Amino acid sequence: MSDTLSKIEKRTAYILILPAVFLVFSIILFPIFANVWISFKEVGLKDIRIPEPRAKKIVKSIKDNPDQLKVIYKLRNSSLILEIRDVKFQDKLPKNIEPINLDERCRVKSNKIYCDFGNWEAKHKENFQILLKSSDGKQINKKELKTIKPKLTGKSDNILLNTNFTLKNFKKVFFQNEFFDLLSTTFYYTFFGTIGSIVFGILTAQLVNQKFFGRTFMRSVLLFPYVGPVVALAYTWELLLDPYSGTLNNLLMNFQVIQEPLNLLGQKYLTINFFGFDLKLRLALTTVIIFEIWRYFPLAFLFILARLQAVPKELYEAAEVDGAGPLQKFISITLPQITAVISILFMIRFIWNFNKFEDIFLLTGGASGTRTLPINVYEQGFTISDIGMGSAVSIVIVALLLLFMFVYFKLIGKRADEN
Amino acid sequence: MKTKSLIYYALISSIFLFSLISIWKILVTLQGVELKNFNFEIIITLGIAISLLNLIIGEKLNYLIKSTLFAFIFTFVDGYIVQVMPVWYNIGIFAILIFFSLKINKYSQKYLASEHSSQIVIFDFLTLFGIVLFSFVILFPFYMMLITSFKTQAALLINPLDFSINFKQDFKELFKSYFVIFDTYKFGRYILISTFVSVGTVIVTLLFAIPAAYAVARLNFFGKNFLSTSILIIYMFPAIVLVIPLYTVFSQLGLRNSVGGLLIVYTATTLPVAIYMLQGYFRSIPKELEEAAIMDKLNWFGIIIKIILPLSIPAISSVALYVFMIAWNEFLFSLMFLDNPNSFTLSRAIQYLSGDAETPRQYLMAGSVVVTIPVLLIFVYFEKYLVSGLTAGSVKG
Repeated sequence: MSDTLSKIEKRTAYILILPAVFLVFSIILFPIFANVWISFKEVGLKDIRIPEPRAKKIVKSIKDNPDQLKVIYKLRNSSLILEIRDVKFQDKLPKNIEPINLDERCRVKSNKIYCDFGNWEAKHKENFQILLKSSDGKQINKKELKTIKPKLTGKSDNILLNTNFTLKNFKKVFFQNEFFDLLSTTFYYTFFGTIGSIVFGILTAQLVNQKFFGRTFMRSVLLFPYVGPVVALAYTWELLLDPYSGTLNNLLMNFQVIQEPLNLLGQKYLTINFFGFDLKLRLALTTVIIFEIWRYFPLAFLFILARLQAVPKELYEAAEVDGAGPLQKFISITLPQITAVISILFMIRFIWNFNKFEDIFLLTGGASGTRTLPINVYEQGFTISDIGMGSAVSIVIVALLLLFMFVYFKLIGKRADEN
Repeated sequence: MKTKSLIYYALISSIFLFSLISIWKILVTLQGVELKNFNFEIIITLGIAISLLNLIIGEKLNYLIKSTLFAFIFTFVDGYIVQVMPVWYNIGIFAILIFFSLKINKYSQKYLASEHSSQIVIFDFLTLFGIVLFSFVILFPFYMMLITSFKTQAALLINPLDFSINFKQDFKELFKSYFVIFDTYKFGRYILISTFVSVGTVIVTLLFAIPAAYAVARLNFFGKNFLSTSILIIYMFPAIVLVIPLYTVFSQLGLRNSVGGLLIVYTATTLPVAIYMLQGYFRSIPKELEEAAIMDKLNWFGIIIKIILPLSIPAISSVALYVFMIAWNEFLFSLMFLDNPNSFTLSRAIQYLSGDAETPRQYLMAGSVVVTIPVLLIFVYFEKYLVSGLTAGSVKG
């Protein structure tokens, strides 16, 4: 009895869960494996279009002969690079119509024309004509004839499906792509973005954890940058930072903080003279990192605030009795309470910043030294139109990501063992 | 009274005052008033003087009279001796000074003599400073977005610092950018598409996620643990590594440039977190309710509809709002999949607008306002629900 019940339960569970699992597998897991496949191929953006046989149907009446009609099919191979084999053509005729002098490649069977056009090489074009006459003397309905669309089928190679593999893409990724520059930019961006957002998260959480007028409002406001659409915010920042008509540069010049406008998003290096040493600051990258911090510190804030609110008040009261000052309280009560959250946050944010695409893409498009790995995926795949190369960079990202996750779960596992 | 505390108090309070006044000066400059410097030395000196006076006067005067007195002195020196400014500028300065004097009122000679007083002073002012600074830094871009959408290209080029809006002009003139983006750039259509995609994603995600979450929360089946951990791991994979294979497959299937294709992708990317959030909530519903339902011969469909759903309205709302927000703000896939202006979402449309260097920036900003306002309104109105969604979904971003 209980056996059948548990069987029913299992079956129900699979029915309930299958649609979701199927969808996630086909849209998330399948592409990750497909990346591996594509990355070993030489595929360009133009190769992924499947060649199609196409026909445009034009119906013309013939002068002096109202009983007959001419139908012209403009046939072509849609692909500029691949041939189509075994092209088959099919078109339906209205009932009272039959063809005259039909092309030898075609035959008529129960009001349908079937043709075998054989193989079409790339760019193939042909005008194919059929003469029609009405079989019962009635006038041919031109409109009806026009609305019937011919069907064409054919076989072609799909570059993606054949089994020619090459290591070229990976060679290019590592040796011709300024790989280490890419990697260091990505790490720079990820690391400082993560640290910055956590630091500001701690500050703001500490702030909002106190009582003051307008506290709930402040909490909402602090989440605005994260909630707002990235497109709108990135363009607003671009306007704000514009070297000529941007508000920030003009304000700074107005108050004589700087003499010359700074091209914050378009200048790779800013040389700062520091006690006689010339320090080179990566200006555009720094700006992008600041935007990143501005947009994502709310998450750190949310996490840390939730943790802070769970810290028992007695701890602080006891510390006060012991004569601890605010700084001491922060260091010996607050910080230990939030280290766990901070380490989780650090790892999660690290992984996500590592994959950040939109923010940099919208602000600089990867120019002036802000090219990170995700930007490179887009550039290779869609600007240079080398799909294979883009996939290879994606694979590098996935590999690094798996490495991070491995470390992450190792550390979490260790922490769980300790507790 | 300790000298150290006194010095900290005087310095930090005057720096705080300086920052308040500087922010006010920036806002005033943005109204087109010519203001060239922050007068750091003068304001710091005045600030120190006022904070010391506050200590000397102590409680000999009513705090209201004291504040008004300070405000008058400062405004007089700043607005008439140092520089001549419009009246409304001075009213602002006056208000800031009143606020400042009320804040420093609690510090007395006795207070500064107590233990840790210097630390407490620093912490107090850092808090105030933080509130002002963070609000300013966060709200300023939003403010700029809104104002720019009401300006004209010419006015912005002549004086980029003039944020003042002429309310006397015609209503049509004022909202010109909005009329243009709706008339010329078909933003009405994009709003509809964005709404359709986002609401559609919410509905489809819930349809898939509720049964799956129920199964994970309640039923025993082979592979359950594996599934619930893999949900989160899958969630960690970024969109950028999915883009190329999805682009190629969708191109070949003819799903690119279709709103349906976008809907499928959005659903799949939000499903893991939706399932994760919902199953957590479903577990908290007492099992006894379902046992009673099984006695009544309800099948799983009946159980979900009649028992689980009515009890989990809060969780479902937060999932719905979170998914809506993700879908509404999504940019990468809409950039990749849509290249026909007839099927653009709002985000994609704005990016398309910006691609043309000739597009006046006020149109861009008007578009940005249009895409931002719905999410911000929803966020402010349903903050309670959204925050729990954000916290659960914050592994992503």
